Amino acid sequence: MSTESLRPERQSIGSLPEGEAARQNVSSRQRRGKIWQGILLACTIFGIIILLMLAYNIVNDAFGGIGVQYAVEEEDLTDGRPLEELSQAELIAILETNLRSRVLKNLERERPLAERSREELIDIINDEIIKPEVVAVYSLSEFLFDRPTIEAELRKSHPRAEIEFKSWLSWDFIVTPMSSNPVEAGIRTAILGTLYLLWLTMLISFPLGVGAAIYLEEYKNDKPFDERIPAGRWMNNAIQRSAGLIETNIYNLSGVPSIIYGILGLAIFVRALEQFTSGAVFGYADPTTANGRTILSAALTMSLLVLPVVIISSQEAIRAVPGSMRQASYGLGATKWQTVWKIVLPNAMPGILTGTILSISRAIGETAPLIVIGASTFIVTDPTSLFSKFTVLPLQIYNWTSRPQPEFRAIAAAGIIVLLVLLLSLNAAAILLRNYLRSKRVST
Amino acid sequence: MSTTTMNDSKYAIETRAMNIYYGAFRAVKDVTFSIERNKITALIGPSGCGKSTVLRSFNRMNDLIPGARTEGEVLYHGQNLYDPDVDAVQVRRQIGMVFQKPNPFPKSIYDNIAYGPRINGWKGTRAEMDELVERALVGAALWDEVKDKLNQSGLSLSGGQQQRLCIARAIAVQPEVILMDEPCSALDPISTLKIEELMLELRQRYTIVIVTHNMQQAARVSDYTAFFLMDKEDRAGELVEYDVTSKVFQNPADKRTEEYVSGRFG
Repeated sequence: MSTESLRPERQSIGSLPEGEAARQNVSSRQRRGKIWQGILLACTIFGIIILLMLAYNIVNDAFGGIGVQYAVEEEDLTDGRPLEELSQAELIAILETNLRSRVLKNLERERPLAERSREELIDIINDEIIKPEVVAVYSLSEFLFDRPTIEAELRKSHPRAEIEFKSWLSWDFIVTPMSSNPVEAGIRTAILGTLYLLWLTMLISFPLGVGAAIYLEEYKNDKPFDERIPAGRWMNNAIQRSAGLIETNIYNLSGVPSIIYGILGLAIFVRALEQFTSGAVFGYADPTTANGRTILSAALTMSLLVLPVVIISSQEAIRAVPGSMRQASYGLGATKWQTVWKIVLPNAMPGILTGTILSISRAIGETAPLIVIGASTFIVTDPTSLFSKFTVLPLQIYNWTSRPQPEFRAIAAAGIIVLLVLLLSLNAAAILLRNYLRSKRVST
Repeated sequence: MSTTTMNDSKYAIETRAMNIYYGAFRAVKDVTFSIERNKITALIGPSGCGKSTVLRSFNRMNDLIPGARTEGEVLYHGQNLYDPDVDAVQVRRQIGMVFQKPNPFPKSIYDNIAYGPRINGWKGTRAEMDELVERALVGAALWDEVKDKLNQSGLSLSGGQQQRLCIARAIAVQPEVILMDEPCSALDPISTLKIEELMLELRQRYTIVIVTHNMQQAARVSDYTAFFLMDKEDRAGELVEYDVTSKVFQNPADKRTEEYVSGRFG
């Protein structure tokens, strides 16, 4: 055993610090650790600052002040009482004294004033007599902290205008369709378009992605055809090779820029398959023909875009199911499909769903491919079917930010808030769903 | 696979010149031995000697490992399990398995037991399934501990209970042979004792083959013992000695067996 003594010379094995040196060594190592901890903290704080700046920017634009100029002051019409408190007769009287007879006659011809509700009359008074007009837009910070400056400015340009608080994000903003007048414009069409696109993309990409992931994870090494026949061998070989090709390239596919998927979608779904994506094959004729630039085309393109990510995350979820579960199932005489369907999939489902929802929520923020396949940026009609023209939130926001008027910048910010709320609620849904499935799996 | 071809009713499983390969590597060479019915046969040996590989070849679990290949014959009721027209799925229903680490499904205790019969085409009423589940749990000596919480997750049980649940799950499909791959290595001594008692009971109805690292366990429960060892030259596991347990432990024929069972190596 004593090979050591056979060695002619003993080599030095260095020295470990002792006593004071050891203490110093420890404190210097601890110091180094503290420095790194500080750097990591700085990184985190940097991230938080960026987030806060983003939030500040959006809120600053989405809320704020407006300079409003009225053709007639409300107090002058009603002797100081608010319009809402007036009776119907009084409202009609205001209309009759302030409107020109031709306008009045037109209104009467549409529907007699006496038959209209008070709300309707108030709207008419607002639109036709008071005529509020936004002449200036101020951000929230200006409105709150720079009041004297902006008031002086406004008095110079529009002496009769007043500064009011305005929340561009409002219920009206959410439920009214697009308009060329930024004060009246809403985001309803875009919300509906996004929701349509979202569901359809999920419907297409989930089964395809999970199916491919199951094959790649569980069946890749299987030989479905008879090995004893040359044709069967050839088929098995072809299947295994293509599965290998997909497997190795799937990460590359998930990294392909989204605009390239847009070009692909334009060539295939919008152009080549126009008869299908415009609904013509199903006898669906849209009078405002979308020529293949429909929600269906967009959803198919988006599905292509998210499919690699759905496959990868599903594969990871399937891989995370312990092999011991599969073995237990096989050991009881289960077939491969029974094992996949009854053991692997239920256990992988929380992970699959989280991955899918997250990747799809990523996709609803995509703009580039939709521009390429020709989504509309200005439509006022709601999407009604798969074959409708449509717009989506990011596209609408993009459209608004590219306009010169400051009002559009404000509603773009409000639109961003809507988009963020939608995204966050989707992600929250993913987390809740995962937790629910997990708890169900363990406690029952 | 029919039970009518019982040409030799004394043995449940016989292997003839069995070689098992992982790719080009021969893991087990030239194993020929016969496992008697309604007896407990222990496979012992140091790590890497191929005993688990041999055990897993009895119900074709090695098929699940890519590149694994078995040569020679494994006869079950005179039928070679590795014949091309034998379906591994059918083999595994008749030759069940209990694994090293307790691996209940993340389902309820009830569903853990019911899973096997259901996937094997079981037909019957809900009451009959209740009866089947109860019998399996009674058979695995677990019924009294879980009868009030059949709807709780199988994972909520202790390690020893989980392992007995896995045994109950295995006997619910009414196999003839139960293979146990180090079933107690993850358990404490008291749970181990319970499983050992259970094995002695199960012997009356099932043939049990157990792989164990614990030689006391082999000596305590088994009727026959097979000692495997890795050949130093080609690193393939081979069967060194196979005999009645008392003989292997007290009067082994091979010197290597004697060294191993007396604790001089391994």
